[in-house]
Amino acid sequence: MSHTAPELLTFEDALERFDPAMGLEVHVELNTNTKMFCGCPANFGGEPNTQTCPTCLGLPGSMPVVNGKAVESAIRIGLALNCSIAEWCRFARKNYFYPDMPKNFQTSQYDEPIAFDGWTDVEIIGDEGPETFRVEIERAHMEEDTGKSLHVGGATGRIHGADYSLVDYNRAGIPLIEIVTRPIMGAREKAPAVARAYVAHLRELLLGLGVSDVRMEQGSLRCDVNLSLAPAGDGSLGTRTETKNVNSLRSVERAARYEIGRQAAILAGGGSILQETRHWHEDTGVTTSGREKSDAEDYRYFPEPDLVPVAPAREWVESLRIALPEPPRERRARLQADWGFTDLEMRDTVGAGALPLVEETITAGAAPQAARKWWLSELARRANELGTELSALPITPADVARIQALIDEGAINDKLARQVFEGVLAGEGTPDEVVASRGLAVVSDEGALGEAVDRAIAANPDVAEKIRDGKVAAAGALIGAVMKEMRGQADAGRVRELILERLG
Amino acid sequence: MSLPLIQRSAAALAQALAEGETTSVELTQLFLDRIAAVDSDIHAFLHVDPEGALAAAAASDQRRAAGEIASALDGVPVAVKDVLATEGLPTTCGSRILEGWVPPYDATVVRLLRAAGLPILGKTNMDEFAMGSSTEHSAYGPTYNPWALDRIPGGSGGGSAAAVAAFEAPLAIGTDTGGSIRQPGAVTGTVGVKPTYGGVSRYGLVAMANSLDQAGPVTRTVLDAALLHQIIGGHDPLDSTSIDQPVPLVEESARAGATGDLTGLKVGVVTELGGEGYQAGVQQRFDEAVELLVKAGAEVVQVSCPNFVHALAAYYLIMPSEASSNLARFDAMRYGLRVLPEGVEAPSAEEVMRATRDQGFGDEVKRRIIIGTYALSSGYYEAYYGQAQKVRTLISRDFASAFEAADVLVSPTAPTTAFRLGEKLDDPLAMYLNDIATIPANLAGVPGISVPVGLAQEDGLPVGLQIVAPALADDRLYRVGAALEAALERQWGGPLIDPEKLDKELAR
Repeated sequence: MSHTAPELLTFEDALERFDPAMGLEVHVELNTNTKMFCGCPANFGGEPNTQTCPTCLGLPGSMPVVNGKAVESAIRIGLALNCSIAEWCRFARKNYFYPDMPKNFQTSQYDEPIAFDGWTDVEIIGDEGPETFRVEIERAHMEEDTGKSLHVGGATGRIHGADYSLVDYNRAGIPLIEIVTRPIMGAREKAPAVARAYVAHLRELLLGLGVSDVRMEQGSLRCDVNLSLAPAGDGSLGTRTETKNVNSLRSVERAARYEIGRQAAILAGGGSILQETRHWHEDTGVTTSGREKSDAEDYRYFPEPDLVPVAPAREWVESLRIALPEPPRERRARLQADWGFTDLEMRDTVGAGALPLVEETITAGAAPQAARKWWLSELARRANELGTELSALPITPADVARIQALIDEGAINDKLARQVFEGVLAGEGTPDEVVASRGLAVVSDEGALGEAVDRAIAANPDVAEKIRDGKVAAAGALIGAVMKEMRGQADAGRVRELILERLG
Repeated sequence: MSLPLIQRSAAALAQALAEGETTSVELTQLFLDRIAAVDSDIHAFLHVDPEGALAAAAASDQRRAAGEIASALDGVPVAVKDVLATEGLPTTCGSRILEGWVPPYDATVVRLLRAAGLPILGKTNMDEFAMGSSTEHSAYGPTYNPWALDRIPGGSGGGSAAAVAAFEAPLAIGTDTGGSIRQPGAVTGTVGVKPTYGGVSRYGLVAMANSLDQAGPVTRTVLDAALLHQIIGGHDPLDSTSIDQPVPLVEESARAGATGDLTGLKVGVVTELGGEGYQAGVQQRFDEAVELLVKAGAEVVQVSCPNFVHALAAYYLIMPSEASSNLARFDAMRYGLRVLPEGVEAPSAEEVMRATRDQGFGDEVKRRIIIGTYALSSGYYEAYYGQAQKVRTLISRDFASAFEAADVLVSPTAPTTAFRLGEKLDDPLAMYLNDIATIPANLAGVPGISVPVGLAQEDGLPVGLQIVAPALADDRLYRVGAALEAALERQWGGPLIDPEKLDKELAR
């Protein structure tokens, strides 16, 4: 079959001949206290199979009850995506067999989603600066998550070839919102960037709504990238593939780019695209064939008879609309103005996923530039080393603000601050505890500092002479010598003052 | 001279307990003894729980000694259909696939029974997953009709009806999806009530067809049914489809009806549910009963429900559709039967599921799974499931216009008396026709009761009359049912079930 064609067309060649169309399906786990249809805790973690009950285990006779808070979150997400909110909608059963599905059907929504017909504007950085791209939202619907399978043994970690499989039903029944876009067409070479920007935008929006942790690495936001190609300028839709569980922003972009190249090579060689699901491999940067979907799966949807229709009162929907937080773009513009960031600074902050962290750090008392500096330099470097996202680092915005405060108070300096960050990230405690336990406080004992300054002047008579002659800039060398002797634990500003007092 | 305890109504037993004539432990033991004596012939029970029942009885006696009773029926034992989850007591639904499953939780109905102080004697036999009208589809063997042991006790709740008819229990719980409480009631000479859909919680009722299932009382008198209905009815936050309203005044209505005055009541006889296709002796007893209603002061009118002719067809699409999905969970992964396919080394999950479902489900269950899967399939959904839902709406409209002309509707409960075991086992369509008069009420969600109205001339077997009321007007069933019961018992000189005749049949 031609779908195994090994050659990729270069991205540029692919786009010369074909137009990509993309559909993005994002699953978001809500951060409600309880599950979608029962009272079990919905938090992440917990010993396997401890957060379960007859309903989320699908025991015979058990029944679901809709979590009102999840409906509220779904409506707020719909409103934030400029969707219409259904006046009346139902849940439906999606029937298929899988061991991690307790009932062998998923309670979802089918032709009556809670939210539909919306749009959202995302920003990408084109050759001529920022460019806005409108993504149309087909629907956002409510459903329950499945259990989590762990396939033990075998080489792939997938079910085939495994020695045995374990299932954790703690995740079964966690509320999910699935957000589906209409085909995104006309993005051409920007398609991969648009895909990434859309997911990043969605994360920001959901975070702003406070409805989800949106941690891609923990699976609380999962993205499927559907992609097809049609001959350039043709305007039609080709056969699509569905690349499942692309779980980082970078991967979303790479997977889209890879599929464009792969499909273009097949089509250019006269082959045809097989409608199938594909798996994204983070390490090798390729997609491989998963399940074939050629004889369209039949989920035998029908309305869930154990639940009554959801009919949100219009007044309630309106009150939720009024209480929506500021949309991301407006919010960014306002924050940029408040903080006095340049366009580039703002873009970098957003691009690094640091906006909410920087904002919280500023709220906790840090100056905007200081907050930005720590998150985008020291902490971004650490996150990169650890291969994790900034938000996943074990440090809070309040910690960062406190470290900056310690600097501002003169208790530590920038260099010591780096050690404090290291300590907090290593789990040694709060910034103050790290300062205390590592003995990092700046030496403010005037006697000891004065003696060190005297020694530095004595050891560097030439430099001292220059300063006496008015070349104040030369003081740097003496400050350096003092700091070295104090092993960095001195306030450089005070050292400078002491030097100038003696030589001024 | 008063009746032996086990032959008395639940209301009379409650009085005997109140007056100190007996204790709950004594009473419970009497029923356990009766079960031990006759159930090998009747096979109404799948599991008997002497220990649990006696412990609950002892607790009831203690409460009573302390002057605190939990309900009007505190201490009166009850049998529960094996389709309701009972914590610590096996629940098989009459299926191999649930053999050995002991639920970790109680159905709401069971919880309410326990809270009301009713000792649970055990779990009663039923067609597998409530699919059938004869209890012959139980994987654990059929139940025999106490009136004639070569006859079926109705189904799917044949076990509950037979247990009550044979004095193995004064009260039982059944479930009714297309007639599984009312039709067994009719063919065993007992009273069976299907409350308004949503009137009794379905939480813990292992679903056949969620939009049709409803649990209800199985008793020997109308008043007993009302007392039991009062205990199991009401809103349950665990069942979203349960109605958030107080239980209709069923006990008061049963007591008022027993005075025999139905002046001002309009009774509609449904033209489509009678005549051709109905056994002559059944029709005769029905007609006589309607005459008694007239004598009690009711006005009788003929009403037409033209869409009822489509009810069976619609039912046999909606019910299997829902059932096919409900039964998907029985996959050997978490509970119940697990069959490893023969000759397969290291079978996959799918192979184990297939082998288990192949051996664990009976033919009738497989038949309905296949029908339901087909009806829901893409491309067929609109033509089958969609059309059936439209018929359902039309049937509801038929009821609505009939209830403009009449306060209650009446018909024979079942077209025939109890047929012989095996007679219809190879003819599913003939079997399905048993529920032709009961199914419309399930499709519309309205309440119905079956009360015994005598024995058919040709075979001497019980005949039931069905009374149907508008949704939420369950109280009317009890008023009319109790009035009819009072008039008939005056004629008969006592209850329909004759203990001597019964024991003669059992001794045969």
